[in-house]
Amino acid sequence: MTAKVPRSTSVPAIRTSRPLSPHLQIYRPQLTSVLSFSHRLTGVILSVYAVALVAWLSAAAAGPQVFATAQSLVQSPFGKILLLACTFSFFLHLCSGIRHLMWDTGRGLELGAIYISGWVVVAVSTMLTAVSWIVGTTLAR
Amino acid sequence: MIIRSSDQVPRRTLFKRFPVPRNLGVPPVSRIERGRIWTAPAGAQRVKTFEIYRYDPDSGANPRLDSFEVDLDDCGPMVLDVLIWIKSKVDSTLTFRRSCREGVCGSCAMNIDGTNWLACTRFVSDTSKRATIYPLNNMRIIKDLVPDLTHVFAQYSLIEPWLKSTTAVPERERLQSLEERHKLDGAWECILCFCCTSGCPSHWWNADRFLGPAVLLQAWRWLVDSRDEATGQRLDDLEDPFRLYRCHTILNCTRTCPKGLNPGKAIAGIKKLLLERRV
Repeated sequence: MTAKVPRSTSVPAIRTSRPLSPHLQIYRPQLTSVLSFSHRLTGVILSVYAVALVAWLSAAAAGPQVFATAQSLVQSPFGKILLLACTFSFFLHLCSGIRHLMWDTGRGLELGAIYISGWVVVAVSTMLTAVSWIVGTTLAR
Repeated sequence: MIIRSSDQVPRRTLFKRFPVPRNLGVPPVSRIERGRIWTAPAGAQRVKTFEIYRYDPDSGANPRLDSFEVDLDDCGPMVLDVLIWIKSKVDSTLTFRRSCREGVCGSCAMNIDGTNWLACTRFVSDTSKRATIYPLNNMRIIKDLVPDLTHVFAQYSLIEPWLKSTTAVPERERLQSLEERHKLDGAWECILCFCCTSGCPSHWWNADRFLGPAVLLQAWRWLVDSRDEATGQRLDDLEDPFRLYRCHTILNCTRTCPKGLNPGKAIAGIKKLLLERRV
């Protein structure tokens, strides 16, 4: 049989009276999906931080008084937590991005390699966050 | 924990499901209500509870989650055996697809304990204490565990999964070298159970336009077939921001394939072919 299939981008709509089975609501979180979601999420978070960075730099340009206010916000306990989250987001997004570049070359796509590189991303980004904070706080003293 | 083979069941998981509201983005007709509890027969020694998704199109009611207490001493070792036991001994209206009971036909694909697998090749002993059974994800449900596969099969037909040739029909078979034949390994074994497609978050968000891992693995199967002469046209058909490039290498497909295949790698192969064609 050589049925001619229409060349449209989408296939015909399905009837919608039937219930849709659950997906995200029940699917088990796995390293594969969790790292993919967090890559997206950290990307969004980093773009918010980019705005914050611009605000901080503008505060520095606006004069010592404004900058002192900005600094007190950044150095408050809450500000430090946000800064820590920013650092971790940055390194997670960086490492995860490199992992995606590796995949784009067609390498490391066996299941074992996927899991090893996934845990490497988690470990390395945690380590880099810790190292940069240790170095940063030491230099600040 | 490092997973090396898709049949490895995770020993521990922090979360059994993502910490999102149960009805996040769920249309009212699809909301799952609390169902009834079917208690174990009297005198049952080893009892295990299975929470099973139920939907009866004739009742007009919403889907519900029934709890079945199963007597394991009276029942076979596989999840499919549990379903058959329930159907023959407890509730004969429980509906599911099954045929070969040995992981070859792909009929009994369903979501067991949060991941997609074939009920006939999943041991009951590998399921969690309160095992959950849902139909394949993100599908229109006909009844209970029977999803409407019309859409995914329409997507399958879109890649024109048959041999295309413009040369004259040969007198004998179209021969392949051993190397050419080996290129099809890992692609021809697919049984179209759609465990991967229905476990793919990208397909959840763009089921209407993204072809999904199972279909793309088959697209790859025809692209690398040395006897097929429509490679260029096939690549043209796939070069689309949605059909192919909605794959963001999440790789839930490779993690869940009950046949141990690697759709993620095949899709990366298609992307490479498209790139190589350009440069």
